[in-house]
Amino acid sequence: MNITAIKADNGVNVEALLSARQALTEAPEGARFKWRATCEWVSGTHSRSVVHGFFGLGAEQSHKTAFRYDADHPELFAADDNGATPVEYVLVALASCLTAGIATVAQNRNIQLRSVKATLEAGMDLQGILGIDSEVRNGFDGIKVIFEIDADATDQEIAALVAQSQRRSAVFDILTNPTNVAVEVR
Amino acid sequence: MIRSPLRRYPPAGAVDVVVIGAGHAGLAMSRCLAERSIDHVVLERGETANSWRHERWDSLRLLTPNWQSRLPGYAYRGADPDGYMSASDVVDFIDGYSRFIGAPVRTHTTVTSVVAEGCGYRVATDRGEWRCRAVVLASGAHGLPAVPAAAEALPKSVTALTPKTYRNPSQLDDGGVLVVGASASGLQLADEVQRSGRRVILAVGEHIRLPRVYRGLDIQWWLDAVGILDERYDEVDDIVRARRVPSPQLAGTPERATLDLNALTERGVELVGRLVGVTDGKAQFSGSLRNHCAMADLKLARLLERIDQWAADHGDGPAFAPPERFAETRVEGSPRLNIDLARERISTVIFATGFRPDFSWLHVPVFDHKGRLRHDGGVVAAPGLYVLGLNFMRRRKSSFIHGAEDDVRELSAHLDAGLRVAGGGHVPRRAVG
Repeated sequence: MNITAIKADNGVNVEALLSARQALTEAPEGARFKWRATCEWVSGTHSRSVVHGFFGLGAEQSHKTAFRYDADHPELFAADDNGATPVEYVLVALASCLTAGIATVAQNRNIQLRSVKATLEAGMDLQGILGIDSEVRNGFDGIKVIFEIDADATDQEIAALVAQSQRRSAVFDILTNPTNVAVEVR
Repeated sequence: MIRSPLRRYPPAGAVDVVVIGAGHAGLAMSRCLAERSIDHVVLERGETANSWRHERWDSLRLLTPNWQSRLPGYAYRGADPDGYMSASDVVDFIDGYSRFIGAPVRTHTTVTSVVAEGCGYRVATDRGEWRCRAVVLASGAHGLPAVPAAAEALPKSVTALTPKTYRNPSQLDDGGVLVVGASASGLQLADEVQRSGRRVILAVGEHIRLPRVYRGLDIQWWLDAVGILDERYDEVDDIVRARRVPSPQLAGTPERATLDLNALTERGVELVGRLVGVTDGKAQFSGSLRNHCAMADLKLARLLERIDQWAADHGDGPAFAPPERFAETRVEGSPRLNIDLARERISTVIFATGFRPDFSWLHVPVFDHKGRLRHDGGVVAAPGLYVLGLNFMRRRKSSFIHGAEDDVRELSAHLDAGLRVAGGGHVPRRAVG
């Protein structure tokens, strides 16, 4: 009987990521990226954002296509509900960043994933954005993420995947640490 | 009358090797060089074990038990093998070693610059110049406190201390204290200050959680037995990351009690995330505390499994108590993200955020783009230049007292071979002298 090492395949090209890591260690200027989005007001609270170009590896780059995102507010805010609310996009960003991280770390650790499902919930007290109580912040008072993961791994290995994906996540960092934001008018 | 060492060794001159620093590592190297009859001198800015005399807080004890304290040809022989040395015990131990090996130490000699010259080095000091063929940097990994940039934004009403400037709680006023960093020093200082009756907030980033005693034996015994302390720099997956790992949460007390975040929470210390900034008098903390605690708990669980496996492979003898598992780290409610230092009367911040070596006097192009010394397991990227005692330099134990021996044996052999290849051999000269 032939015994061959079982190789997990989560569709992540870890070799390419590892060689990029090596290349960018030697040429750190190539690691400086700029992410971009544009946004246009449509009507009411409805806006449409487009994501297409970005800068990285020392040159202008772009996605295969321009991705469009409608944002609005639900009808109970007296809006037309043409899309997710901006704060829901924040949850989408966090969930997709952590999920991508889990797939990558699992691949690197040779763990086969069968399903990964995240459910997110963020609390927000509207007394903040409505200016009712100045002690209440505008943003979330906390975010809860629950992962349900089916994989060829022990519970502890799965917990370690989820922990490592947070450690390496850009959106987790953006949400948990302060970021300077400069807004100007031209 | 005993002749002064100053008479035995000239104040300056030519020598094969200059060792900079008469701490445990520099002296261990001196011993190995002497065994190889390599002519050398050990330059020391103060006295032997100087930083242990002047740069440690009063209650500090080693993280390693006494039985583990050993140097080439020398070991702890006291009455308390399971105890932990105080700083003055360490001074006595290292002083005793220096006398035992008769090390050629030139005390009160501060190195002001090292430059390459010919096929060797010129070492300038405040007491004359040395010319040598090789230099061993043994001035330690703890030359400068690594204080985060946020420290610069602290309000003037706040006193900033580091483990080098903190001595004991009596130097503090009675305001609250923010301790930044959850390694061994951070936890020990948070504990001591909290017990003094002051309010303590502890900012926690990545950390290593360890029980003091596991299955009836000191955790250091297990780390040694399982082979973890002997893991080599060229065998681990990511040495850059391994070298950044902070010191484990340990304390050396007579009770051999475990000091972890849960113990501090029980005593009333407030846990917050990593300090990420200070703006308008408000300290800001990361929202990542839960994940940092979860990662430390997971790492601890993996370590204990590895230990249990090793114990099982070695017959699970009666010497070992049954396996234990420890409660996960409790992070209560919503840890605070902002603290107004003035409003909450926080008058002291202690930065227990690690150290970096001070090589400001080393004028040889051996630093990377981040100013870190480039070396391969202590063999620095310039011929005849060596370093000792850095975190995980050749082995996980490299920065411990007992970790020096294996490193200096290998590096002295490398150094010796280099001198022989370079020619002009030290051996004949020594033989005729």
